[in-house]
Amino acid sequence: MQIKALARKLIPFAALTPMAVVVLVAYIGTVIWSFRVSLTSSRSLPTDVYVGFAQYSKLFDNERWMLSIENLALYAVLFILASMIIGFLLAVFIDQKVKAEGVLRTVFLYPYAMSFVATGLVWQWLLTPGIGIENAVRQMGFPDFAFDWIIDQDKVMYTIVLATVWQAAGLVMAMMLAGLRGIDEEIWKAARLDGIPTWRVYVSIIIPMMAPTIATVFLLLSTAAIKLFDSVVAMTQGGPGTASEVPAKFIMDHLFGRANIALASAAAIMMLVPVLALLAPYVFAKSRRRNA
Amino acid sequence: MSILQYSRTKLHLALCGALCSVAIAAPLIASAAPAPQAAKGPAPAKAEVMHWWTSSSESAAVKTIAEAYRKAGGTWVDTAIAGADQARAIAINRIVGGNAPTAAQFNTTKQFLDLVEQGMLNNMDDVAAAEGWDKVLPETVLNVIRIKGHYYAVPVNLHMQTWFWYSKAAFKKAGIVKEPASVDELFAALDKLKAAGIIPLAHGGQAWQETIVFQAMLANVGGKDLYLKVIRDRDAKAINSDAFKNVLLAFKRMQSYIDAGSPGRNWNDATALLISGKGGVQIMGDWVKGEFAAAKQVAGKDFGCIAGFSSNTPYLIQGDAFVFPKTNAEPVVKAQKLLAKTLMTPSVQLDFNKLKGSIPIRSDVDTSSMDVCAQAGMAIMKDKSRQMGISEVYLTPDQNGALQDILTAYWNTKMPVEKVQKSIVNALKE
Repeated sequence: MQIKALARKLIPFAALTPMAVVVLVAYIGTVIWSFRVSLTSSRSLPTDVYVGFAQYSKLFDNERWMLSIENLALYAVLFILASMIIGFLLAVFIDQKVKAEGVLRTVFLYPYAMSFVATGLVWQWLLTPGIGIENAVRQMGFPDFAFDWIIDQDKVMYTIVLATVWQAAGLVMAMMLAGLRGIDEEIWKAARLDGIPTWRVYVSIIIPMMAPTIATVFLLLSTAAIKLFDSVVAMTQGGPGTASEVPAKFIMDHLFGRANIALASAAAIMMLVPVLALLAPYVFAKSRRRNA
Repeated sequence: MSILQYSRTKLHLALCGALCSVAIAAPLIASAAPAPQAAKGPAPAKAEVMHWWTSSSESAAVKTIAEAYRKAGGTWVDTAIAGADQARAIAINRIVGGNAPTAAQFNTTKQFLDLVEQGMLNNMDDVAAAEGWDKVLPETVLNVIRIKGHYYAVPVNLHMQTWFWYSKAAFKKAGIVKEPASVDELFAALDKLKAAGIIPLAHGGQAWQETIVFQAMLANVGGKDLYLKVIRDRDAKAINSDAFKNVLLAFKRMQSYIDAGSPGRNWNDATALLISGKGGVQIMGDWVKGEFAAAKQVAGKDFGCIAGFSSNTPYLIQGDAFVFPKTNAEPVVKAQKLLAKTLMTPSVQLDFNKLKGSIPIRSDVDTSSMDVCAQAGMAIMKDKSRQMGISEVYLTPDQNGALQDILTAYWNTKMPVEKVQKSIVNALKE
């Protein structure tokens, strides 16, 4: 009898052990390893020659790294805002009990199901001047139409925002829709009895009630923005020039092609900082809610 | 057509995902299987050769080596990985992980220097001595593969990356009768092409291609001494000099001859512009000959090639080489040595390089059966004072990358030339 009770106590731990080992070794272990490498003078191979924080000061001396951070900041703000607004509006639209809801939901969610290496290539074709959208509009009878953002130093980041919002908005819609469906029908009825206009119900009642959903979406989008890599590689390869370089690409380039794993590790650690900064308040809020 | 070509190169990207996972899985499978040849006594020298020659002309070329190796009594195991960076990363990971291939491809540059310094490669000193490498290999290449008196890599070819290719049809249409013989004449020809409504410079707007244009300008406008001072010595005074400023201005002037579709274009799409006569000049390595050959165009008849505009313009060489990961296992060392010997055999050199578009690494190969551009290259190679390495021969991958970032930013923006000079000094100072 006692053995059974003991076993029942132990089984959850046994079941969780593999997960715990994976987290410790694969996540925390590699973070510590990267941090260690970032303090050395390693090039192609890790060495034990420690140079303190020299790689970090070199990193912030590097023009391309600074440009990458600026690009990422611009991208993150636009991408998160646009994805959330468009995703929310799509969810509201679908929530109006439209016909063929299943079809529309699939259509909106579909971009997220495809690899960006493939869809990024399609976007590149669409955006390349001379072919794609520009050519199509010109053939429709507007011979002076110009849409060359993808080769424009100052506008190339917007094309990346455009393509990635197209991809992410569907996922945001799905999550927001789940949030909207979780709202009690009675609230709507009560609001209608009071004669409150619909937009006001959304702004003052529904959106505040959806705060947890919105927080989750925000967190997901933020991490997606910080690790931005595949879309840039597929669409612009960081160009024209260095105009669409981003931190993740900086890391990948230095990790292999440029054989400087110490600098790449320092950059990777720097990218961990905003992720932690985003996660901390989230975890804190969650733990407070549990204690309350 | 351009869409087809786009998708071809992009497919590599997509395929990479699949390939990489295969490449990661392959060693696992290999190590799980028992090693049969150890038990069977004198087995044929089995060599697993890792390389990134995956395009059609490249894989045809590598087949000639595999064939020759088999004839010499070895067994060739082909491990081809698409993408040079990817292939090198996997090679290094496997060497560090203790599951090294018999031989791995690198460029004849500083790429494998770290591996040598960490004692991870076998040297080929006996083969080098027996075959007399010192006598037949160019000095520039020897300086790369000979580290502290030991020979650590077998170079297999010479690519010259700053050739000026031009379409004879485009030149004719623009009324250019004479091949440009100086940089001024080149600019004049480009102006004429522009006036004739042809894309004067068919350029692929990617950072590495801009670096090639820069090196061509440095070699032709700046000349040999300036080239060495800037790229080899990283001399701040030379970089801040007016002579180098002129090089940068000439580089930027080239940018005025590109078309709007240039940014992001692949090099082979730029070559396609020459083939169709829509583009006039392309500055690129001699691997473009593969594209011309595929379109059934002939060197000297449909397109021309200029290696440099004066009789002492540096001939900037680069190439591929194989390194041999450290091992003491007798059969593997035997296979490595047999492979080293095979790679350098004159007949293999000729067959391989004809297909690859490069020229033989040995100066004593009879190249009369090669095309006119290859022969022009071989003739220039006879003048030792013109042989010089590309930037990666003298710079670390990291420094070279930093230089590339600056050049591509300068090419694409309105950055003042003085700031470029300052940034280059800064990037190359350590």
